[in-house]
Amino acid sequence: MAKKKKVDNTALRSGLIRNTMCKWWPLFLLPTFAAFCIGFLYPFVKGIFMSFTSFKTMSNYKWVGLDNYAKAFSDPTFVHAFWLTALFTVLSLVIINVLAFAIAYGLTREIRGANLFRSVFFLPNLIGGIVLGYIWRMVFTGILSYFNTNLDLNSTVGFWALIIVVAWQQIGYMMIIYIAGLMAVPNDMIEAAKIDGATGWQTLWNVTIPNMMPSITICTFLTLTNSFKLFDQNLALTGGNPVTATGVKLTELLALNIYNTFNINWKWHGVAQAKAVVFFILVAVIALIQLRVTRSKEVQQ
Amino acid sequence: MQNKLTPNKAPMTKPKFGFLTILFAVICIGYMIPVLLVLMNSLKTNGSINTATFAFPNAETFMGIGNYVHGITFGNYPFYYSVGYSFLITVVSTALILVATSMAAWYISRVWNTMSKVVYYLCIFSMIVPFQMVMYTLADTARGLHLDTPFTIPVIYLGFGAGLAVFMFTGFVKGIPLEIEEAAAIDGCGTVGTFFRVTLPVMKPTLVSVGILEIMWVWNDYLLPYLVLDRTKYMTIPIHIQYLQGSYGSVDMGAVMALITLSIIPIIVFYLACQKHIIAGVTAGAVKG
Repeated sequence: MAKKKKVDNTALRSGLIRNTMCKWWPLFLLPTFAAFCIGFLYPFVKGIFMSFTSFKTMSNYKWVGLDNYAKAFSDPTFVHAFWLTALFTVLSLVIINVLAFAIAYGLTREIRGANLFRSVFFLPNLIGGIVLGYIWRMVFTGILSYFNTNLDLNSTVGFWALIIVVAWQQIGYMMIIYIAGLMAVPNDMIEAAKIDGATGWQTLWNVTIPNMMPSITICTFLTLTNSFKLFDQNLALTGGNPVTATGVKLTELLALNIYNTFNINWKWHGVAQAKAVVFFILVAVIALIQLRVTRSKEVQQ
Repeated sequence: MQNKLTPNKAPMTKPKFGFLTILFAVICIGYMIPVLLVLMNSLKTNGSINTATFAFPNAETFMGIGNYVHGITFGNYPFYYSVGYSFLITVVSTALILVATSMAAWYISRVWNTMSKVVYYLCIFSMIVPFQMVMYTLADTARGLHLDTPFTIPVIYLGFGAGLAVFMFTGFVKGIPLEIEEAAAIDGCGTVGTFFRVTLPVMKPTLVSVGILEIMWVWNDYLLPYLVLDRTKYMTIPIHIQYLQGSYGSVDMGAVMALITLSIIPIIVFYLACQKHIIAGVTAGAVKG
């Protein structure tokens, strides 16, 4: 809040720049804003509107009120995908953050080769979800062939495979943020704890971690939304398979479920759009709650 | 950003070579196994990949570069087209995003009026909206406006990616002292000149950070170009790989592995060339929360 006020003041103070600058908005602001309207704002508003209609194309629609939402919530594939995504998000959140923190903690212990190790852990993060999914599909197909099964047959393995892939990809990213956080912990506080006779665990738990709450906030926020919105890896690794007799895809997460719903046929377009709106609300609510919770635990500076 | 991992305020001790180094070395080798397996399997015959994934190629299963030759020419869409379009889209989109959003962010933070505020808060809002929310309507809008070619899709990337870039640039511009811009104005530099000659050079570190984040996003993006582009004419690398793999039945695994290897090489080169900037960019981008 304080920051915002400061901007206001500095901008006002500098009438010199501001007055001549104001009229330049068509050059500075308009290109981005026009693209923003095409690439985000219009599709977003239209998307909300279309979720209340039955449509074949965007110009050929009929108002149906809340029908699409009723259909979405009574769709077993959607309900299954929701619970699966919730479970997936919680598990991957814990696994990624614990491992990334542990690696970051180990790599800041002044060991030889730390920079090289850091580079290796970060590398998978640069590989895109589709390519990553197929790399691991090959690995799991190879392993599972010893047990006479594969990813398209066993949903439990498929689910854990997805967690392994996401962890493999994102641990490096979170590790980088945790390393930056660990380096920012004041050294004199750790020294003081040592002098007071705290054990390594006590120091970690009572000094290091409370001081790292900003990094932990960022990382939980990122892993939470990344896992909740996961699509590419899901599509490439399992494609949602296997499918039950009732048509529920057992490893299909929410994003993939929405995508697949669009592809059933045009009668499902409205339902898919309604699912997308629900999905958006879930992402937004989770992000806001989570930010608030972790922010409140941050050490006051 | 820091490049050394040892805390700079600690009393300097020599990095130790001990248990932790050995442990991390083992973990790191394990960590790279999937990538090495792809490389190894790209040299093996198609049939041996699924049945003996972990076996080294032997006289019978060794293919040499056969898979690469087959992969590049395989199917009715040449792989080098996809590579070319991936490069084109990534470079043009990133350049467009950097120029357009840095200008917008400068305007927003210097002229903090109602219009700026509306644009700024809309940009922040767009950061939490998942792509699935807009994918159908966005693809339809893009097709309607003929933004469905690799030459025009950067506009869509600018629109959908504006949020993060505007947010990061605005945060940075706030920290640039106004005095240097005022000095330029007093010396007779116009608004446009002030931005391009004075502010933009100061913004270089953030331009690099945002550029890296945008490159990583656009290069690897699958769903947006898949839905927006006219796929009979244009593919990108992720679309191409999905297209080969996704058409189940008799997938030529050898060719797919060769293409995956080829698609990872530019990433590794890019990573080795600008590792320092990538890690700094990631750290800067993460602090958006």
